[in-house]
Amino acid sequence: MKLQSKYIPLAATISLFAAMSVFGAVSYTGFLSPQVFLNLLIDNAFLVIVAVGMTFVILSGGIDLSVGSVVALSTIVLAKLVQHLHWDLMVAIPLVLCMGTLFGAFMGWLIQRFRLQPFIVTLAGMFLARGLCYLISIDSISITDEAYTVLAQTRLHLWSGGPMVSISAVLALVVLAVAVFVAHGTEFGRTVYAIGGSEHSSVLMGLPVARTNVLVYALSGFCAALGGVVFTFYMLSGYGLHAVGLELDAIAAVVIGGTLLSGGVGYMVGTLFGVLTLGVIQTLIMFDGSLSSWWTRIVIGALLFVFCVLQRVFEAGRKPGV
Amino acid sequence: MSTLNAPSLVKRVQTHPLLWPVVTLVLILMVNASLNPGFWMLQWRDGHLYGSVIDILNRAAPLMLVSLGMTLVIATRGIDISVGATVAISAAVAALMVGGKLVITDGVAQHVSRFPMWLAIVCALLTALACGLWNGVLVAKIGLQPIIATLILMVAGRGVAQLLTDGQIVTVYYPPYFFIGSGYLWGLPFALFIAGFVYLLMHLAVTRTALGLFIQAIGINPAAARVAGVRERLISICVYAFCGLTAGIAGLIISSNVKSADGNNAGNLLELDAILAVTLGGTLLTGGRFSLAGSMIGALIIQTLTSTIYSIGVPPEINLVVKAAVVFVVMLMQSAEFRRAVRGWVVRPAAGSHA
Repeated sequence: MKLQSKYIPLAATISLFAAMSVFGAVSYTGFLSPQVFLNLLIDNAFLVIVAVGMTFVILSGGIDLSVGSVVALSTIVLAKLVQHLHWDLMVAIPLVLCMGTLFGAFMGWLIQRFRLQPFIVTLAGMFLARGLCYLISIDSISITDEAYTVLAQTRLHLWSGGPMVSISAVLALVVLAVAVFVAHGTEFGRTVYAIGGSEHSSVLMGLPVARTNVLVYALSGFCAALGGVVFTFYMLSGYGLHAVGLELDAIAAVVIGGTLLSGGVGYMVGTLFGVLTLGVIQTLIMFDGSLSSWWTRIVIGALLFVFCVLQRVFEAGRKPGV
Repeated sequence: MSTLNAPSLVKRVQTHPLLWPVVTLVLILMVNASLNPGFWMLQWRDGHLYGSVIDILNRAAPLMLVSLGMTLVIATRGIDISVGATVAISAAVAALMVGGKLVITDGVAQHVSRFPMWLAIVCALLTALACGLWNGVLVAKIGLQPIIATLILMVAGRGVAQLLTDGQIVTVYYPPYFFIGSGYLWGLPFALFIAGFVYLLMHLAVTRTALGLFIQAIGINPAAARVAGVRERLISICVYAFCGLTAGIAGLIISSNVKSADGNNAGNLLELDAILAVTLGGTLLTGGRFSLAGSMIGALIIQTLTSTIYSIGVPPEINLVVKAAVVFVVMLMQSAEFRRAVRGWVVRPAAGSHA
């Protein structure tokens, strides 16, 4: 049986993840326990959620640099509402999600309506959201609300006494499942792929390009806000300096997950494995103990390099014939 | 814009590409002067000038340098988001090599550098050049999108800088090194001379040779430029390498100014300020049209804006919101769709009042 060429990048990512896990299992005792792998998901739940939104944006041929700031803004708004103004969680969380969605939709509208470059618009959005954080509070606001801490510390055992996951990890998987359905099973998803392939052709085909472009950024804003909510679950605080550089991690995860940066090609599942690969690198460096943490950045950079070059090779290979 | 037909002076001013950047700068300066009566005051003390304006010029020098390099990159339709990381790496190399240890000779305590200072500077600049070259090769040879190619160095570069400095802030104890960032020449900050010199060099290169034309051609249509015989790849690589070099010089100035190198924070968000400065200066982000003088003014606008925000007692946090507002306004002004939309809204009432 021959692997279809469109699955090769995805297969490469999954193999990489598997290879790294095997390497960890061979090198370090205690690495190969289910909890170590579930922790990858627990520790990176917010990144999975944010990266899912980013995947939609990149699939459509755009980029969203504002997600890290929107995460920070969400944490601080939540903290302010819950801690200082004593709002109910059930009101505060939906409000934050709406805010993130609107923020994304506004950027998408600017990009679509005035033909602006996504890079610059979301860059300005990044400044704006970070700035708004500091307008709300310069200091970190810690959340001590009881309902909140209970929610954050709840652990669900897979079986009694067995390994456990947090609510955020479950939430991340739910978001991923919904995203897989939206990307591959709905008209919206197909339009996103089509726009990424060729926006011009999509317009000519009569696809709702304008609407989809705005929706993609709205979706990314929603995911970033949800990522922010999940982020507060384990920081239990809101702070303007939370999630600095998260947009880069998210982009890196999407790229390592096999999504083409030029748009149109990629899988949501790839993004999950992209995030998990980043997580495994961190875990490996942690288990090793002798390597300093900045090696993480260098290894991620090197991986990005390898995957980008591979993507180019695939693109070049696909052009003639086929 | 040839002056052969001698169009009226007013017309020439109105269509001059530097009009809007200059107007913006003058407006911000006027706001400053009205808020702070001593703004224009200059004092001659210890053989050099003191004053808010000098201070702004001094602080703007690194941003000016990075913006100059960025201008050429953007002119070729690229973007370099790794300049902040390059600044951090170059600062780390310089600080590590200069270092400075206390030596007591004939009872006189003296700080000497670990390597000769010129060697440290050369090594730092070569490292920065290598960073730029790496970006250029990824973009021009391998064909990655510029934002992604430079993203790699942006992510890994800070790790490299931290690795070099072992995650610590490396302090420099060698006084001659401080001259680069905080010395004065003929009464003016030395850093300003460096920026001025680089500007002059680039200005000559793009106006006295065909280089400026080639860069514009690549920005407007790379494929057509290549067909027309422009060595597109080589020029692209050189442009990125040069951008790395200017970031390296900025790294020297910054590390010399704060007498240390901080792998974590040196040059943080500098890439965004530089891109903003370049756009404010009238360079199109879509490539093709660029203005070196505009970028210098753009850098001054950003530094003045920052200083204003600090000096009028508004919390510095508002800085980011103000910058965001400026970016939004500038990019909307640059958008043809937006100008058309605005014309659609105002064309009727404005028709009568328009001179």
